[in-house]
Amino acid sequence: MDPQGTPELIATCYRWAILKIDQDHGRFRQIVRGKVRENLRKYISTGELVGRKGKDVVSIPIPQIDIPRFKFGEKQTGGVGQGDGNPGDPVNGGEQAPGQGKAGKDGGDHILEVDVTMDELADILAEELELPRIEDKGKSKISNAHDKYSGIRRVGPESLRHFKRTYREALRRMISSGTFKPDTPVVVPFPDDKRYRSWKTIHEPVANAVIIYMMDVSGSMGDEQKEIVRIESFWIDMWLTRQYKGLESRFIIHDAVAREVDRETFFHTRESGGTMISSAYKLCAQLIKQHYPAPEWNIYPFHFSDGDNWSMDDTLACVEIMKKDILPASNMFAYGQVESPYGSGQFIKDLKEHFKSDERVVTSEIRDKDAIVGSIRDFLGKGK
Amino acid sequence: MSKFALNTALPRYLRQEQDRVEGIARAYGLDFFPVVFEILKYDQMNEIAAYGGFPSRYPHWRFGMEYEQLAKSYEYGLSKIYEMVINNNPSYAYLLEGNSLTEQKLVMSHVLGHVDFFKNNFCFRATDLDAPKPILDPMRRRESYNPDRRWIDRLANHGSRVARHIERQGINKIESFVDHCLSLENLIDPWAPFSGRAVQEDPAKEDDTPLPQPRLKAREYMEDFINPREYMEAQKKKAEEKKADKRFPQSPERDVLKFLLDNAPLDRWERDVLEVIRDEAYYFVPQKQTKIMNEGWASYWHSRMMTEKLLDASEIVDYADANAGVMATSPGRFNPYKVGVELYRYVEERWNKGQFGKEWEECNDLDERRNWDMKLGLGRKKIFEVRSLYNDVTFIDEFLTPEFCVAHKLYTFGFSGRNDRFEIESRQFKEVKEKLLFQLTNFGDPYIRVIDANYQNRGELLLTHEHMGGDLRQDYAKETLTALVRIWKRPVALTTKLEQKPVMLRFDGTEQTVTPYRT
Repeated sequence: MDPQGTPELIATCYRWAILKIDQDHGRFRQIVRGKVRENLRKYISTGELVGRKGKDVVSIPIPQIDIPRFKFGEKQTGGVGQGDGNPGDPVNGGEQAPGQGKAGKDGGDHILEVDVTMDELADILAEELELPRIEDKGKSKISNAHDKYSGIRRVGPESLRHFKRTYREALRRMISSGTFKPDTPVVVPFPDDKRYRSWKTIHEPVANAVIIYMMDVSGSMGDEQKEIVRIESFWIDMWLTRQYKGLESRFIIHDAVAREVDRETFFHTRESGGTMISSAYKLCAQLIKQHYPAPEWNIYPFHFSDGDNWSMDDTLACVEIMKKDILPASNMFAYGQVESPYGSGQFIKDLKEHFKSDERVVTSEIRDKDAIVGSIRDFLGKGK
Repeated sequence: MSKFALNTALPRYLRQEQDRVEGIARAYGLDFFPVVFEILKYDQMNEIAAYGGFPSRYPHWRFGMEYEQLAKSYEYGLSKIYEMVINNNPSYAYLLEGNSLTEQKLVMSHVLGHVDFFKNNFCFRATDLDAPKPILDPMRRRESYNPDRRWIDRLANHGSRVARHIERQGINKIESFVDHCLSLENLIDPWAPFSGRAVQEDPAKEDDTPLPQPRLKAREYMEDFINPREYMEAQKKKAEEKKADKRFPQSPERDVLKFLLDNAPLDRWERDVLEVIRDEAYYFVPQKQTKIMNEGWASYWHSRMMTEKLLDASEIVDYADANAGVMATSPGRFNPYKVGVELYRYVEERWNKGQFGKEWEECNDLDERRNWDMKLGLGRKKIFEVRSLYNDVTFIDEFLTPEFCVAHKLYTFGFSGRNDRFEIESRQFKEVKEKLLFQLTNFGDPYIRVIDANYQNRGELLLTHEHMGGDLRQDYAKETLTALVRIWKRPVALTTKLEQKPVMLRFDGTEQTVTPYRT
């Protein structure tokens, strides 16, 4: 389908009923993406990128545009259901549960949700955002050796004896030599009958990746800003997990000093101190040096902040560390600036100025939740 | 050529199966239009389903949206469409390629139930294209009833009409107008095809008739005292004023779309598009009026035909699995298939046992009621009668009983502001029935009528919402007013109630206002 088709062509297609649904579907996609009919966008009922998150599956809402009509407010209506339960018990979901019967025939207020696995979700994300697959840096020459039991041989340790094969050999020998008696079917293996499992060592190239998340937790970062970082990091995690076999995540929080924390702490800490971004970058550089030798790892430092740094000197120190230690080792360096009422938002300008021509540094401003999708595209759209 | 010109005819083994299923259905007494089954691949199925079952309709993005939902749900393995059947004469029904033979038989027998319903339920008479409107007695019909219901052709014609306007006006212009029309789609009078409303009188003619002189009743000799001259003058003046003040429309009009078509200043293409939307809205009315009955009837017959005649032993489990999927209930969801089929079975059992009439109603002895069996065997006859003469509202109103509610664990649920979630409210029969009827009446939509087309003598359109306990959703109401202004081209106002206070919502083309309103 070619959405840029000339109007005449489209009209002709309609007339001859060719590509009918593709045309209508194309129109719908354009509306959802905001390319045409801006006024309809406000009725798109997606809200969140992730509806619910279970263990291995997430549910994603399918965008749906509701045509406004005279109707009753939803909360005032309710309905009639069928099944067990006492008055006062919660009724799961709203009007309609997905997953059975005709889907979405009736329209309505509910958000249609679809359960998908993480892998599928990554693919959907890629398709929606038109993300390229990541090119390996080509430094994963190192290989990981592991053993796989794949054969049988005549010698080996007793602990690896293959009972079934041994028994079979013994039985075969006894039958062919006529010593097997069906009435008393006792099979006694000789040493010669014994078979053992054997293994092969397999060398596999590994593409390992590490994401180092850094976040400013100074007083100016509020809950809303952290929520944005949380959602964004979820999608980045998911996308990179899809791309690399072994993905590690490290978390660094900083105000005036930096420390490494676990995921939980990362998203729930709030400090009140000032902000020295260089402290985080120093820690990051140190982590890379100690644990993630650059030739073997694909390294992705992500830093989120409201763009308020202590001093210009500190900013220069940051630039220094990036140039010297972080950038040479990394696939790319991503900086996301969340808008907060307190931040000056200066840092992103400084970064842009110092790394104008450096492709490895990607910056993105995230104004609100709606901007998350765009910023994911900024970060991951380069295929690094 | 359309891709549906591809070969969609049934393969021979299914053709034979169709003959067999139809024979069995006839033997059970079902009376249906000829049915054309077509077999489709899943993407074709999704496409046709997105268009509401019609292979050709006017272009609009919401069909694309439907398609995306269907396609995604299918691809993710959440749901697939088993069956689709169009109220058309002959009826068209679609089978999904790759379904097992058991499933295809299930679908075929289910479809025949639907087609029997299309042909015989009174609501569907409204879709007879050749019936003179209004249809005052929907049960009276010709001996060999073979109505013109070529809706597939009609909707395809609508499609090319709209496409022609798109060619001239451009897709964005037409599509946004269609969106506005769709906002008003539910503002029609579902009973219009059956209401014997008098033809509008010619306003020019009535002007000459002398005004009746209202006078108090009095004996002749008292006349001058009871009805003095001044009083008569005043009365005459009053009557004249009343006549001059005549409102238009004379009585509140429920068919807002018809009113707009007749009275709004529309361009030709606008009128054409609006006509298409209204026509199609009326086509879908009977299906909305009989959702529970229609699905219940089809499910009743597929289950009887399958279990009594069509299945062999090896297919039972597959059948039960598919059937259970259709009949499943889940909290917070009302399954019309399940409730419908159970109600028919319940009615059949009651009439078989003679559990109706004065004696039954007056019997309060639980034990006696439980063992009540007069062995009348009238059940079959009764359910055929019910399928002809009822719609969802009357069906529930008449046959939903406290016993049925308990046996099928029906409850009402509503939003609890305190706990911020939907909760079970009650299992009381009265409340369940009330809620159900409330949702079915006017399809759960508010009643909106045009009351004045010259409001404040400024050519503004005044509508009213007959408030019966539920407030309108504000943001949607405002958008709908915008759509009305787009079509009426003058300010439009709506009177309703908001948190028990009468208010007027008004949109003048630039500004939305909500003001208190005195009736």
